[in-house]
Amino acid sequence: MSTAPLRESPLQAAHLAAGARLIGFAGWNMPVQYTGILPEHRAVRSGCGMFDISHMGQLFISGHAAEAWLNRQLTNDVATLEAGMAHYTLLLNEQGGVIDDLLLYRLADDRFLLLVNASKVAEDETALKSALPADLKMHNASDAYAGLAIQGPDTKRIADALWPEGPSLPQRNEVSIRPMPHGEAFVCRTGYTGEDGFEIFLPNEDAEKLWEQLIALEVTPSGLGARDTLRLEMGYPLNGSDLKATRTPIEAGLSFFVSMNKPEFVGKDALVAQKAEGVKERLTGLAMTAKGPPLRAGYSVHQGDTQVGTLTSGCLSPSLGHGIAMAYLPRDLAKPGRELEVAIRDRKFPVTTVKKPFYRPSST
Amino acid sequence: MSAPKNLRFLDSHEWIETDNETPAVGISDHAQSELSDVVYVELPEVGRVLAAGEAAAVVESVKAASDIYAPVGGEVVEVNEALTAEPGTINTDAFGDGWLFKLKPSDPSELEKLLTAEDYEKSLG
Repeated sequence: MSTAPLRESPLQAAHLAAGARLIGFAGWNMPVQYTGILPEHRAVRSGCGMFDISHMGQLFISGHAAEAWLNRQLTNDVATLEAGMAHYTLLLNEQGGVIDDLLLYRLADDRFLLLVNASKVAEDETALKSALPADLKMHNASDAYAGLAIQGPDTKRIADALWPEGPSLPQRNEVSIRPMPHGEAFVCRTGYTGEDGFEIFLPNEDAEKLWEQLIALEVTPSGLGARDTLRLEMGYPLNGSDLKATRTPIEAGLSFFVSMNKPEFVGKDALVAQKAEGVKERLTGLAMTAKGPPLRAGYSVHQGDTQVGTLTSGCLSPSLGHGIAMAYLPRDLAKPGRELEVAIRDRKFPVTTVKKPFYRPSST
Repeated sequence: MSAPKNLRFLDSHEWIETDNETPAVGISDHAQSELSDVVYVELPEVGRVLAAGEAAAVVESVKAASDIYAPVGGEVVEVNEALTAEPGTINTDAFGDGWLFKLKPSDPSELEKLLTAEDYEKSLG
């Protein structure tokens, strides 16, 4: 573990005022919960919650040839991304393994914003910079931007109350730029909970005022704990847990975000080879519907006396009331309806493979 | 909530009654607050003989599983079955209805070596 001091969000004082419990996360001191993971989870599923995502990184890329270059660095097809839209994409290593999963905003034809995971800002920047041609500019603006994710079925109502003068909230996966007192804010109708919602990245200096406005609108401050149970109910992978440098997006079930039709992109050769050979394992959903302990990352998965995998994520789903988890399993087990067991302490508990998402939200 | 004076404590936040032949064991209000949202409890079997400091139960919150240690050695004579259906009782009443199990201490004088309520609260700072 690094002993460097944890970085503070520009919203740290606001978090403490809201009763947050802070933990170290990807080098940042971030709220894991305020009142509790369960009430925060329920607030997002039934009303509206907000998450500080200031730890996420921002890389601006601009230049005439940015589209063509990004198309060689990332898996999704940038040519299909219109200005004012965003899409989910992946940065791979040459072996086809996942370095990071990211959101790419196309702000203009020749101007892009890449949203990267906090723990991967340096690695992403290094990987991209090493391939950056002289006629393109890349700027790491992570230190200048705060971020908030507003999520839940009440999002539209909250946004209308927040910005009565308009413009109204962008459509799903659409990006809009809002002028703020200290610069531009980027608003995108995206999220990591499965509910309606938007993410806004804005100048650090403007973050606290927005937070206070959202508090006044009774949006529930929600921490990393609820963020994790919410994303897991949707089967969304978490980089570092469900995604890693030794797993390809095909194994992770993210082929939808990989455009194999592109002539080239970093990692493509390895993916072509893996497809030809046949994928051996797939990230699979598991449910424990009988009463039992919460499923957790690291627990082993068994078929009879044979260990067939290890949980990469797991929790007691607050919405469903039973255990859910994901694990890379051999292909013949990576289908719904397989009866397996998970070892927890000195006992084994029955689980069944299921389709993802585990839960279907009401608002999307 | 301040710790009741009839309880003794471990540094690891377990409490045990001192005024009962088969004292109840639980976790402190501070511990339940740190854990938050208890969603699952694994209790020892009645009849199991525990050594002092032995892992006896498991309390799981959304985020983590925590071992609960026997404050003194002894035989488990009763477990709080109600927690199986309502593990959140540990959050709402850690020093009362949230008790985990009752022990028949093999050496009741061991209780004297544990932290008093006052010392325990001091240790929390």
